[in-house]
Amino acid sequence: MVQQSVITEEMRNVIGVESEPYCYEVDKNGIRKFAEAIGDPNPLWTDEVYARKTHYGGIIASPSFITTVDRRQKEGYHQGGRPYKRPYERGLHGSDEWEFFEPLRPGDTITARRRIVDFYERQGKTGPLLFTVSEAVYYNQLGQLVAKHRTSGIGYPG
Amino acid sequence: MTAQPTLYWEDVAVGMEIPPLHKCTSHMQLVKYAGAEEDWAEFHVNDAYAKSIGLPGAIDHGLIKAAFLGQLLTDWIGVEGSIRKLGCQYRRMTFPGDPMVCRGKVTNKYVQDGEHCVELEIWTENSGGEVTTPGHATVVLPTKDVLTRMY
Repeated sequence: MVQQSVITEEMRNVIGVESEPYCYEVDKNGIRKFAEAIGDPNPLWTDEVYARKTHYGGIIASPSFITTVDRRQKEGYHQGGRPYKRPYERGLHGSDEWEFFEPLRPGDTITARRRIVDFYERQGKTGPLLFTVSEAVYYNQLGQLVAKHRTSGIGYPG
Repeated sequence: MTAQPTLYWEDVAVGMEIPPLHKCTSHMQLVKYAGAEEDWAEFHVNDAYAKSIGLPGAIDHGLIKAAFLGQLLTDWIGVEGSIRKLGCQYRRMTFPGDPMVCRGKVTNKYVQDGEHCVELEIWTENSGGEVTTPGHATVVLPTKDVLTRMY
Protein backbone atom coordinates (compact mmCIF):
# COMPACT_ATOMS: atom_id res chain seq x y z
CA MET A 1 0.00 0.00 0.00
CA VAL A 2 1.43 3.38 -1.00
CA GLN A 3 1.95 5.69 1.98
CA GLN A 4 -0.02 8.94 1.62
CA SER A 5 2.29 11.98 1.50
CA VAL A 6 2.24 14.09 4.66
CA ILE A 7 3.74 17.14 2.95
CA THR A 8 0.96 19.74 2.97
CA GLU A 9 0.57 22.90 0.95
CA GLU A 10 1.21 24.86 4.13
CA MET A 11 4.61 23.14 4.36
CA ARG A 12 5.41 23.69 0.67
CA ASN A 13 4.67 27.39 1.10
CA VAL A 14 7.34 27.62 3.79
CA ILE A 15 10.13 26.38 1.53
CA GLY A 16 12.60 29.16 0.83
CA VAL A 17 10.99 31.57 3.29
CA GLU A 18 13.66 33.13 5.48
CA SER A 19 13.12 33.13 9.23
CA GLU A 20 13.26 36.23 11.35
CA PRO A 21 16.89 36.88 12.24
CA TYR A 22 17.97 35.57 15.62
CA CYS A 23 21.02 36.62 17.61
CA TYR A 24 23.49 35.09 20.00
CA GLU A 25 25.95 37.03 22.14
CA VAL A 26 29.19 35.11 22.44
CA ASP A 27 30.98 35.20 25.78
CA LYS A 28 33.91 33.43 27.41
CA ASN A 29 31.74 31.51 29.88
CA GLY A 30 29.60 30.04 27.13
CA ILE A 31 32.68 29.06 25.15
CA ARG A 32 34.24 27.48 28.25
CA LYS A 33 31.13 25.58 29.31
CA PHE A 34 30.77 24.14 25.83
CA ALA A 35 34.41 23.06 25.74
CA GLU A 36 34.09 21.47 29.19
CA ALA A 37 30.86 19.73 28.23
CA ILE A 38 32.48 18.04 25.24
CA GLY A 39 35.65 17.30 27.21
CA ASP A 40 37.95 19.33 24.96
CA PRO A 41 40.91 20.67 26.98
CA ASN A 42 42.32 22.81 24.14
CA PRO A 43 43.47 26.04 25.87
CA LEU A 44 42.54 28.11 22.81
CA TRP A 45 38.93 27.93 24.03
CA THR A 46 39.61 28.72 27.70
CA ASP A 47 43.07 30.17 28.47
CA GLU A 48 43.39 33.85 27.55
CA VAL A 49 47.14 33.95 28.33
CA TYR A 50 47.74 31.07 25.93
CA ALA A 51 45.27 32.33 23.33
CA ARG A 52 46.85 35.82 23.18
CA LYS A 53 50.14 34.27 22.08
CA THR A 54 48.45 32.70 19.06
CA HIS A 55 47.60 34.46 15.80
CA TYR A 56 44.00 34.68 17.04
CA GLY A 57 45.09 37.16 19.69
CA GLY A 58 42.66 35.81 22.30
CA ILE A 59 40.15 33.13 23.17
CA ILE A 60 37.92 31.91 20.35
CA ALA A 61 35.08 29.42 20.35
CA SER A 62 35.63 25.89 19.11
CA PRO A 63 34.10 25.56 15.62
CA SER A 64 31.26 23.33 16.86
CA PHE A 65 30.14 26.11 19.19
CA ILE A 66 28.22 27.62 16.26
CA THR A 67 25.37 25.24 17.09
CA THR A 68 24.54 27.19 20.25
CA VAL A 69 23.47 30.13 18.10
CA ASP A 70 20.52 28.14 16.76
CA ARG A 71 18.98 27.81 20.22
CA ARG A 72 18.06 31.47 19.92
CA GLN A 73 15.73 30.86 16.99
CA LYS A 74 12.22 31.98 17.80
CA GLU A 75 9.37 29.48 17.91
CA GLY A 76 11.74 27.03 19.61
CA TYR A 77 12.52 25.56 16.22
CA HIS A 78 14.90 22.99 17.62
CA GLN A 79 12.38 21.96 20.25
CA GLY A 80 9.85 21.22 17.53
CA GLY A 81 8.36 24.64 16.96
CA ARG A 82 7.61 25.31 13.31
CA PRO A 83 5.74 27.85 11.21
CA TYR A 84 3.47 25.01 10.04
CA LYS A 85 1.68 22.07 11.59
CA ARG A 86 4.15 19.21 11.95
CA PRO A 87 2.78 15.93 10.61
CA TYR A 88 4.79 13.73 12.99
CA GLU A 89 5.39 14.06 16.73
CA ARG A 90 8.80 12.49 17.00
CA GLY A 91 12.05 13.73 15.60
CA LEU A 92 15.68 12.75 15.35
CA HIS A 93 18.65 14.63 14.03
CA GLY A 94 19.65 13.46 10.56
CA SER A 95 22.74 15.30 9.42
CA ASP A 96 24.74 18.51 9.53
CA GLU A 97 27.14 20.32 7.24
CA TRP A 98 28.98 23.47 8.19
CA GLU A 99 31.29 25.79 6.35
CA PHE A 100 33.41 28.01 8.60
CA PHE A 101 34.82 31.37 7.58
CA GLU A 102 35.62 33.37 10.73
CA PRO A 103 36.06 32.33 14.35
CA LEU A 104 33.53 33.34 16.99
CA ARG A 105 35.11 35.65 19.57
CA PRO A 106 33.92 36.72 23.03
CA GLY A 107 31.94 39.91 22.59
CA ASP A 108 30.68 38.98 19.11
CA THR A 109 26.99 39.19 18.35
CA ILE A 110 26.10 36.55 15.81
CA THR A 111 22.99 37.11 13.70
CA ALA A 112 21.53 34.10 11.93
CA ARG A 113 18.79 33.52 9.39
CA ARG A 114 17.40 30.10 8.58
CA ARG A 115 15.13 28.80 5.86
CA ILE A 116 13.67 25.43 5.09
CA VAL A 117 14.88 24.32 1.68
CA ASP A 118 13.29 20.91 1.20
CA PHE A 119 10.94 18.26 2.50
CA TYR A 120 11.13 14.68 1.33
CA GLU A 121 9.76 11.33 2.44
CA ARG A 122 11.29 7.89 2.71
CA GLN A 123 10.03 4.55 3.90
CA GLY A 124 12.19 3.52 6.86
CA LYS A 125 12.51 0.09 8.49
CA THR A 126 9.84 0.91 11.05
CA GLY A 127 7.58 3.19 9.04
CA PRO A 128 7.36 6.47 7.16
CA LEU A 129 10.03 9.14 7.59
CA LEU A 130 9.83 12.85 6.77
CA PHE A 131 13.12 14.66 6.15
CA THR A 132 13.18 18.42 6.69
CA VAL A 133 16.22 20.20 5.30
CA SER A 134 17.10 23.73 6.35
CA GLU A 135 20.00 26.11 5.77
CA ALA A 136 21.30 29.02 7.80
CA VAL A 137 23.82 31.83 7.41
CA TYR A 138 25.57 33.46 10.35
CA TYR A 139 27.08 36.97 10.40
CA ASN A 140 28.96 38.78 13.14
CA GLN A 141 28.53 42.42 14.15
CA LEU A 142 31.27 43.45 11.70
CA GLY A 143 29.17 42.17 8.84
CA GLN A 144 31.49 39.20 8.26
CA LEU A 145 30.03 35.89 7.20
CA VAL A 146 31.18 33.55 9.95
CA ALA A 147 29.52 30.30 8.94
CA LYS A 148 26.95 28.51 6.83
CA HIS A 149 24.92 25.50 7.88
CA ARG A 150 22.77 22.85 6.26
CA THR A 151 20.93 20.35 8.42
CA SER A 152 18.30 17.65 8.15
CA GLY A 153 15.85 16.44 10.75
CA ILE A 154 13.90 13.20 10.55
CA GLY A 155 10.28 13.18 11.68
CA TYR A 156 8.40 9.96 12.35
CA PRO A 157 5.06 8.96 13.88
CA GLY A 158 4.87 8.59 17.64
CA MET B 1 49.19 21.43 27.55
CA THR B 2 52.55 21.08 25.81
CA ALA B 3 53.01 22.98 22.58
CA GLN B 4 52.51 20.73 19.58
CA PRO B 5 54.70 21.16 16.49
CA THR B 6 52.97 22.93 13.60
CA LEU B 7 51.25 20.61 11.15
CA TYR B 8 52.12 21.71 7.63
CA TRP B 9 50.27 20.82 4.44
CA GLU B 10 53.48 19.19 3.21
CA ASP B 11 53.44 16.81 6.20
CA VAL B 12 50.13 15.32 5.11
CA ALA B 13 49.83 12.37 2.73
CA VAL B 14 46.68 11.08 1.08
CA GLY B 15 45.68 7.85 2.75
CA MET B 16 47.17 8.62 6.12
CA GLU B 17 45.05 8.14 9.22
CA ILE B 18 45.01 10.92 11.77
CA PRO B 19 45.41 10.30 15.51
CA PRO B 20 42.13 8.88 16.85
CA LEU B 21 40.15 10.51 19.65
CA HIS B 22 38.56 8.29 22.30
CA LYS B 23 35.37 9.43 23.98
CA CYS B 24 32.78 7.89 26.26
CA THR B 25 29.78 9.97 27.23
CA SER B 26 28.02 9.68 30.57
CA HIS B 27 24.57 10.76 31.71
CA MET B 28 26.20 13.68 33.53
CA GLN B 29 28.08 14.69 30.41
CA LEU B 30 24.85 14.76 28.41
CA VAL B 31 23.28 16.95 31.10
CA LYS B 32 26.26 19.33 30.92
CA TYR B 33 26.10 19.29 27.13
CA ALA B 34 22.35 19.97 27.17
CA GLY B 35 23.05 22.99 29.34
CA ALA B 36 25.98 24.26 27.30
CA GLU B 37 24.16 23.75 24.02
CA GLU B 38 20.75 24.69 25.45
CA ASP B 39 19.26 21.56 23.89
CA TRP B 40 16.58 20.51 26.34
CA ALA B 41 15.21 17.51 24.45
CA GLU B 42 14.30 15.17 27.27
CA PHE B 43 15.24 11.93 25.58
CA HIS B 44 18.91 12.86 25.98
CA VAL B 45 18.83 13.35 29.74
CA ASN B 46 15.94 11.25 31.02
CA ASP B 47 16.38 7.52 30.58
CA ALA B 48 12.80 6.63 31.62
CA TYR B 49 11.31 9.21 29.27
CA ALA B 50 13.46 7.98 26.40
CA LYS B 51 12.18 4.44 26.94
CA SER B 52 8.59 5.67 27.14
CA ILE B 53 8.87 7.00 23.59
CA GLY B 54 10.32 3.79 22.24
CA LEU B 55 14.04 4.49 22.46
CA PRO B 56 16.38 1.92 24.10
CA GLY B 57 17.30 4.56 26.71
CA ALA B 58 18.71 8.08 26.81
CA ILE B 59 20.74 8.64 23.64
CA ASP B 60 23.73 10.86 22.89
CA HIS B 61 23.00 14.12 21.13
CA GLY B 62 23.90 13.95 17.46
CA LEU B 63 25.59 17.30 17.87
CA ILE B 64 27.90 16.10 20.63
CA LYS B 65 29.27 13.59 18.15
CA ALA B 66 29.73 16.36 15.61
CA ALA B 67 31.58 18.30 18.32
CA PHE B 68 33.77 15.26 19.02
CA LEU B 69 34.60 15.08 15.32
CA GLY B 70 35.42 18.79 15.46
CA GLN B 71 37.80 18.12 18.32
CA LEU B 72 39.35 15.21 16.40
CA LEU B 73 40.25 17.75 13.72
CA THR B 74 41.32 20.69 15.90
CA ASP B 75 43.54 18.39 17.97
CA TRP B 76 45.24 17.26 14.75
CA ILE B 77 45.59 20.57 12.92
CA GLY B 78 46.71 22.61 15.93
CA VAL B 79 46.35 26.34 16.30
CA GLU B 80 47.83 27.18 12.88
CA GLY B 81 45.26 25.15 10.96
CA SER B 82 41.55 25.78 10.57
CA ILE B 83 38.49 23.75 9.73
CA ARG B 84 36.82 25.00 6.56
CA LYS B 85 34.09 22.35 6.25
CA LEU B 86 32.68 19.69 8.49
CA GLY B 87 29.73 17.43 7.75
CA CYS B 88 28.31 14.26 9.25
CA GLN B 89 25.27 12.02 9.32
CA TYR B 90 23.82 10.57 12.51
CA ARG B 91 23.28 7.07 11.20
CA ARG B 92 23.22 5.08 14.43
CA MET B 93 22.17 5.97 17.93
CA THR B 94 24.85 5.92 20.58
CA PHE B 95 24.44 5.72 24.33
CA PRO B 96 26.10 7.05 27.48
CA GLY B 97 28.59 4.55 28.86
CA ASP B 98 29.41 3.04 25.47
CA PRO B 99 32.96 4.00 24.49
CA MET B 100 33.38 5.50 21.05
CA VAL B 101 36.37 6.40 18.95
CA CYS B 102 36.61 9.21 16.41
CA ARG B 103 38.78 8.52 13.39
CA GLY B 104 39.86 10.30 10.24
CA LYS B 105 41.62 9.48 7.01
CA VAL B 106 43.06 11.91 4.46
CA THR B 107 41.35 11.53 1.09
CA ASN B 108 42.69 14.48 -0.90
CA LYS B 109 45.02 17.48 -0.74
CA TYR B 110 45.19 20.47 -3.05
CA VAL B 111 45.80 24.21 -3.27
CA GLN B 112 42.83 26.40 -4.09
CA ASP B 113 42.70 30.21 -4.11
CA GLY B 114 46.03 30.23 -2.30
CA GLU B 115 44.76 27.99 0.51
CA HIS B 116 46.42 24.66 1.20
CA CYS B 117 43.52 22.28 1.74
CA VAL B 118 43.20 18.73 2.99
CA GLU B 119 40.04 16.67 2.70
CA LEU B 120 39.28 13.86 5.09
CA GLU B 121 36.79 11.15 5.70
CA ILE B 122 35.90 11.26 9.40
CA TRP B 123 33.68 9.07 11.52
CA THR B 124 32.78 7.79 14.97
CA GLU B 125 32.74 4.09 15.81
CA ASN B 126 30.98 2.48 18.74
CA SER B 127 32.49 -0.23 20.96
CA GLY B 128 31.29 -2.83 18.47
CA GLY B 129 33.35 -1.21 15.71
CA GLU B 130 30.22 -0.03 13.85
CA VAL B 131 30.41 3.34 12.15
CA THR B 132 27.81 5.48 13.88
CA THR B 133 28.49 8.96 12.49
CA PRO B 134 30.10 8.99 9.03
CA GLY B 135 31.34 12.37 7.85
CA HIS B 136 33.77 14.45 5.87
CA ALA B 137 35.87 17.53 6.47
CA THR B 138 38.10 20.05 4.76
CA VAL B 139 40.88 21.71 6.72
CA VAL B 140 43.27 24.48 5.71
CA LEU B 141 46.87 24.14 6.81
CA PRO B 142 49.93 26.37 6.76
CA THR B 143 52.52 25.68 4.10
CA LYS B 144 56.29 25.43 4.30
CA ASP B 145 56.43 27.04 0.85
CA VAL B 146 58.08 30.41 1.56
CA LEU B 147 57.15 31.90 -1.82
CA THR B 148 53.45 31.25 -1.21
CA ARG B 149 53.66 32.78 2.24
CA MET B 150 55.20 35.99 0.94
CA TYR B 151 52.16 36.92 -1.14
